[in-house]
Amino acid sequence: MNQKTVMIDGNEAAASVAHRLNEVIAIYPITPSSAMGEFSDEWSAKGKKNIWGTTPLVVEMQSEGGAAGTVHGALQTGALTTTFTASQGLLLMIPNMYKIAGELTSTVFHVAARSIAAHALSIYGDHQDVMAVRQTGWALLSSANVQEAQDFAAIAQAATLKTRVPFLHFFDGFRTSHEVNKIVQLSDEELRLMLDDDAIRAHRARGLSPERPVLRGSAQNPDVYFQMREAANPYYLAVPAIAQEMMDKFAKITGRQYRLFDYFGAEDAERVVVLMGSGGEVAEETAAHLVAQGEKVGVLRVRLYRPFSVEHFIQALPASVKSVAVLDRTKEPGSMGEPLYMDVVGALSEGGRSNVKVVGGRYGLSSKEFTPAMVKAVFAELSKPEAKNHFTVGIYDDVTHTSLDVDSSFSLASADRVSCVFYGLGSDGTVGANKNSIKIIGEETDNFAQGYFYYDSKKSGTVTISHLRFGPQPIRAPYLIENGQADFVACHQYSFLERVDMLKYAKEGGIFLLNSPHSADKIWDHLQREVQQDIIDKKLKFYVINGYEVAEKTGMGGRMNTIMQTAFFAISGVLPKEQAIEQIKAAIKKTYGKRGEAVIQKNFEAVDATVANIYEVSVPADATSQTTRRAAVPQEAPTFVKDVLGRIIEADGDNIPVSAFPVDGTFPLGTAQWEKRNLALEIPVWNEDICIQCGKCVIICPHAVIRHKVYDEKLLADAPETFKHMPSKFKEFSDGYAYTVQVSPEDCTGCTLCVEICPVKDKTAVGRKAINMEPQPPLREAESKNWDFFMEIPDLDRKLFNPATVKNSQLLRPLFEFSGACAGCGETPYVKLVSQLFGDRAVIANATGCSSIYGGNLPTTPWTVDASGRGPAWSNSLFEDNAEFGLGMRLTIDKQNEYAKELLVELADEIGKELVHDLLLAEQSSDLAIQEQRERVEQMKKKLEKSKDSRAKDLISVADTLVQKSVWIIGGDGWAYDIGYGGLDHVMASGRNVNILVLDTEVYSNTGGQSSKATPRAAVAKFAMGGKAMPKKDLGLIAMSYGYVYVAKVAMGANDQQTLKALVEAESYDGPSLVIAYSPCIAHGCDMARSLDQTKLAVQSGHWPIFRYDPRLAAEGKNPLQIEAKEPSVPFSQYAYNETRYKMLTQMNEERAEELMKEAQQDAKSRWALYQQMAAMQYNGDKK
Amino acid sequence: MTELSTEYLGLTLKNPLVASASPMSKKIEKAQRLEDAGVAAIVMYSLFEEQIINESLELDHFLSRGADSFAEALTYLPDGGMYSVSPEKYLNHLAALKKSLRIPVIGSLNGVSKGGWTQYAKRIEDVGADALELNLYFLFTDPNLTAAELEDAQVELVAEVKSAIRIPLAVKLSPFITSLPNFAKRIVDAGANGLVLFNRFYQPDFDLDELNIVHNLDLSASADLRLPLRWISILYGKVNADFALTSGVHSAKDAIKAMMAGAKVAMMASNLLHNGEKVIPSMLNDMQTWMTEREYESVRQMQGSMSQKNVREPAAFERANYMKVLSSWRDLP
Repeated sequence: MNQKTVMIDGNEAAASVAHRLNEVIAIYPITPSSAMGEFSDEWSAKGKKNIWGTTPLVVEMQSEGGAAGTVHGALQTGALTTTFTASQGLLLMIPNMYKIAGELTSTVFHVAARSIAAHALSIYGDHQDVMAVRQTGWALLSSANVQEAQDFAAIAQAATLKTRVPFLHFFDGFRTSHEVNKIVQLSDEELRLMLDDDAIRAHRARGLSPERPVLRGSAQNPDVYFQMREAANPYYLAVPAIAQEMMDKFAKITGRQYRLFDYFGAEDAERVVVLMGSGGEVAEETAAHLVAQGEKVGVLRVRLYRPFSVEHFIQALPASVKSVAVLDRTKEPGSMGEPLYMDVVGALSEGGRSNVKVVGGRYGLSSKEFTPAMVKAVFAELSKPEAKNHFTVGIYDDVTHTSLDVDSSFSLASADRVSCVFYGLGSDGTVGANKNSIKIIGEETDNFAQGYFYYDSKKSGTVTISHLRFGPQPIRAPYLIENGQADFVACHQYSFLERVDMLKYAKEGGIFLLNSPHSADKIWDHLQREVQQDIIDKKLKFYVINGYEVAEKTGMGGRMNTIMQTAFFAISGVLPKEQAIEQIKAAIKKTYGKRGEAVIQKNFEAVDATVANIYEVSVPADATSQTTRRAAVPQEAPTFVKDVLGRIIEADGDNIPVSAFPVDGTFPLGTAQWEKRNLALEIPVWNEDICIQCGKCVIICPHAVIRHKVYDEKLLADAPETFKHMPSKFKEFSDGYAYTVQVSPEDCTGCTLCVEICPVKDKTAVGRKAINMEPQPPLREAESKNWDFFMEIPDLDRKLFNPATVKNSQLLRPLFEFSGACAGCGETPYVKLVSQLFGDRAVIANATGCSSIYGGNLPTTPWTVDASGRGPAWSNSLFEDNAEFGLGMRLTIDKQNEYAKELLVELADEIGKELVHDLLLAEQSSDLAIQEQRERVEQMKKKLEKSKDSRAKDLISVADTLVQKSVWIIGGDGWAYDIGYGGLDHVMASGRNVNILVLDTEVYSNTGGQSSKATPRAAVAKFAMGGKAMPKKDLGLIAMSYGYVYVAKVAMGANDQQTLKALVEAESYDGPSLVIAYSPCIAHGCDMARSLDQTKLAVQSGHWPIFRYDPRLAAEGKNPLQIEAKEPSVPFSQYAYNETRYKMLTQMNEERAEELMKEAQQDAKSRWALYQQMAAMQYNGDKK
Repeated sequence: MTELSTEYLGLTLKNPLVASASPMSKKIEKAQRLEDAGVAAIVMYSLFEEQIINESLELDHFLSRGADSFAEALTYLPDGGMYSVSPEKYLNHLAALKKSLRIPVIGSLNGVSKGGWTQYAKRIEDVGADALELNLYFLFTDPNLTAAELEDAQVELVAEVKSAIRIPLAVKLSPFITSLPNFAKRIVDAGANGLVLFNRFYQPDFDLDELNIVHNLDLSASADLRLPLRWISILYGKVNADFALTSGVHSAKDAIKAMMAGAKVAMMASNLLHNGEKVIPSMLNDMQTWMTEREYESVRQMQGSMSQKNVREPAAFERANYMKVLSSWRDLP
């Protein structure tokens, strides 16, 4: 019996078995299951073998639908095949799942169960996805923790081979998939013992082969389809017994016994909770506590949910049970009850236990915490004579009053378990260090250990919270460390203290470690009053370390990981100091060793420098501070922002009642402006003495924090003292106009792109530009006032100027601002520009991906409105359907516009013929013309407002469509090139007037850098670890082949004017337009501050030949293709090797890197030659 | 038939033409072609400790950046590979070159840390280098450091490296030394068996359109021969070391001049990079012809024959030389 333990997460645990037990693996990234595919790809890339000694073939598909189809094909030809997925991905597999089950095909899909996008998308865990496939004919096997994620992967494989029924093995997304825990690893030998070789060969023998040809997949008629649907019944009837047989076999091999329904609790239990997944762990832990107190309670955990065995269920439920609460981690609106509840009701009835009272409840949707207090509340509810049915637990439902009251003071404190909470900044390495720490504790000591990591929803400046537990007993607590339960609280970023209440976690007598720029004797006076009071009240031992100084001295930069990890071990005493340091160093070697000796040395120096710099602070008796914690949003914010969004920002979202929320997922715009994140250590400062007012700094700013305005100079009378200005140099607005470039100091992320793009160099010191970075803190207050004043200056009326130049376009107010995108994001400048040019009349369909996350992830949204209250109406449907979603928006507008025009004609007498005439024939090609049409519509509405004619009311309801609307379909390359390509192609082919903006980062950025068909040859990405062997798909070329699609390839960092021109042309084209935008991304592995130079090189090397293809030119007898890039003048390698995605291949496999680089160079050359030929074609018939 | 063989760092070479440290040694096939063309030895491209450190830190930076910040993307690049961000790549290549070539292979090292210099020197020796060339490339910008301090540090470094290895050691010098003869002597006293004159520093240029600093690679020309020619002539016989002349060797005559100044070998990079290995046979042929016509029996015979100590007017190499050139320029019509 293997007893080797490892500290891994649920994804790795499941994938380690799946990879070893399969021959073909088809993958597609989707959170939270992506890591299973990534592990498989990595292992196969390294030649890791399965238990039969051959390396599984791993292939990335264009969607989960594609993965399922590939799996189906591989299964049908007899390979042991698997895939990994979650949420919408699983839904896309449903059609094939029916087929696979209908054909009685052995396979296991591993699912990190996740919410379904309904009123909103959520990446977190519940059982909504799994419940959506319970009807497909698959066996559903639920594992509840990391150990089980591994074990059930093996049991499922053995069971599917024997039963021929496909198995879906699932565990809770994030809670299990991402929890690191100590498990006993399954050896190859144990896996081999689990599997029946004959069953495998039988599976192969059923595979399609021309040597023994059969037909499978016939079409059938009313006469026989039904019978054949029933023909497989015996196989399903056999599943429970075989699954139990496999569990028993597994127990013999490993010593770990599982049952289809595992009961735990009092033998004479009267109240029982039934549930599956990680919640079962909490329930069991709580029941144990209650049983010890003499309560007659128990927990029945469902392992095999489908086929649901009534017999096994009844057997497992003690005869003494009087009432049962069935907990579903899903929501089935409109149903009589959630699925597990319905099954239990049916099972009790069929099993002769109808006397048992049953209630059902929902819990834990989207990884909502599920704690012992909640379990206790459920048991308490069961004790009531009239227990609430269809209840919820874990939220406060003050609308339909479903929720149970929970005693939040109840928790299951364990005397011998140590709990630690660490607050870090995403970029400081806290989570990575804690993963190392918990591995050290779990693997190098006898302790059991658990690590779980929380991230906020921003992509830069993220707050991370690490929850670590360890102790002599196995840790089965799949919930966050609760308030007042942490023995150790560490704050790795000093600035968090002013806005985050982290000491709520600390227990009395615990330890608080602060990374502080102030010394031990000075820190007290710098703390907020609440912090001081908590330290005193909770009698905390308080330590400081100046990690910033240690990091600076040891070359660690902003990385606090090693330093704070060392400090944790030094103070906590988990291990003797010397041993701890030895283990930390060993972990550093293991984690960073392959990156080179210099990295190891740098970290070693940080470890050594840390210990001597930790100081205990002597805590005074009284709180003396006059400063208090900062409110999440200012008082002047709108009520909804303060009462709802502000509480989410303050990490109090769990306590917001149901009534506070919109019922349909609709949110107001313009909320990001209230979430001041103060991320930048340095901000740009305008030098008006040398500024040429070109607007380049404004157009490139990814976060819309730098803006310029031209305004009546008289307005300066009320300007704050430090407000900068200069006379306007704009031709249209010169005399009497002033000009200002202003930065929002608290919204800036400090990316420096504005400084990089500034074309002006100070003649006396060329290193200085017309805009330069300076430290933020001394500027914060004054510049905030200046920003407020600046924002009050009215925007110039867009009727008065033509936005066709960069500087003019930037006079338009951005209607996309302060997003949570990465600092220096290469996508957002394009999105912002669209919002400026067309935002006041835009409807936007946004594909799931980075842009939907920084655009629509709570708490706030960067989409905003102009002074008249107009702005982009934005929605995200799914990942795969965005083009179609946008087309639907177009169709509505077109249809309603047509209807409005029909009604105008019908109601012409009432409205006035002249106005109707003008409304019908309005030309709307300029802002001025659009504004005039808006005025006409208002006039018409006024005329009709008192009309009793229902047609008039109808006309008013659709009248706004008489003003031209701009439909934008926005998404990344994963959508446009891969999963959404079929739809994109169809929408382009439709000829409808939609504008498609592809933010091409050449990789799946949002899910962490997996290869897409936009990934260039020779680049390394996840799923293309050995460098992508095939060239980038030329989406623009494909689109041009239609002849009637406007196509442009743009690169703002290389040519902002061309970008602007392309967007304006695309929008003005009355047909489909496709703009493909080069978007630098941190997944490229280059300094984002240098991304402008990189963008230029992308164009100069021929990798990204910018062009515009305007079908209108063909109609004029001109060639529609205008190539704006010049002939490639630098080698592709000169561009590529500035980026880690290319360079790392030279470090991993130089020969292959050289080979691929040669081919990539040829790609650029060939593309250029082809485009040249296309651009040289004659379009004027015989005319020369 | 004249004898072209020479002795450099205790290695007997079939002729004095050596490929100096350049990217040419990065490819085995290229090195083999050089050998086939007649090159007598190859100095490998330099192992730059600083580059190894930078590449390592850069890789670490970009693999770590953005990691563990966002729940959907815990990393942005795959990190499953083994990376050659260590001297192993260089050392393996050196070993492979040694295996593929019959001619001597001289390792080249440019370090930044004390430990790095000696550790890497030893490892270069361990993989079979026939000799080691130290590339003392420092650019000092601190006005508080004195020349004496800097020179002491470099001499100490050479001594340390020498004590760590058994193979012969050459040191590639900078021409920007106040008292070059004294410094050269100290380097030799510290253990150097040979001196390579001179290191070629690529100077940055200004781009007046963009107001940027630009770095362009300027290959050497025959005119660049003058500087090392002069200094080898001066040092020959005064400093007990084998001299290698590098910079500006583009023809047989350049190589012959190098020998006459006192060099044991004439090293080439620019010429080979620009014209390919085909220049070697013609240079050797031209040398043969020239020597035969003038009845030189061997290269050894001419080595040092025009050094300062062997010419009639030793002052021609000294300051007067400068005056003469200037005045001759003024005399031009």
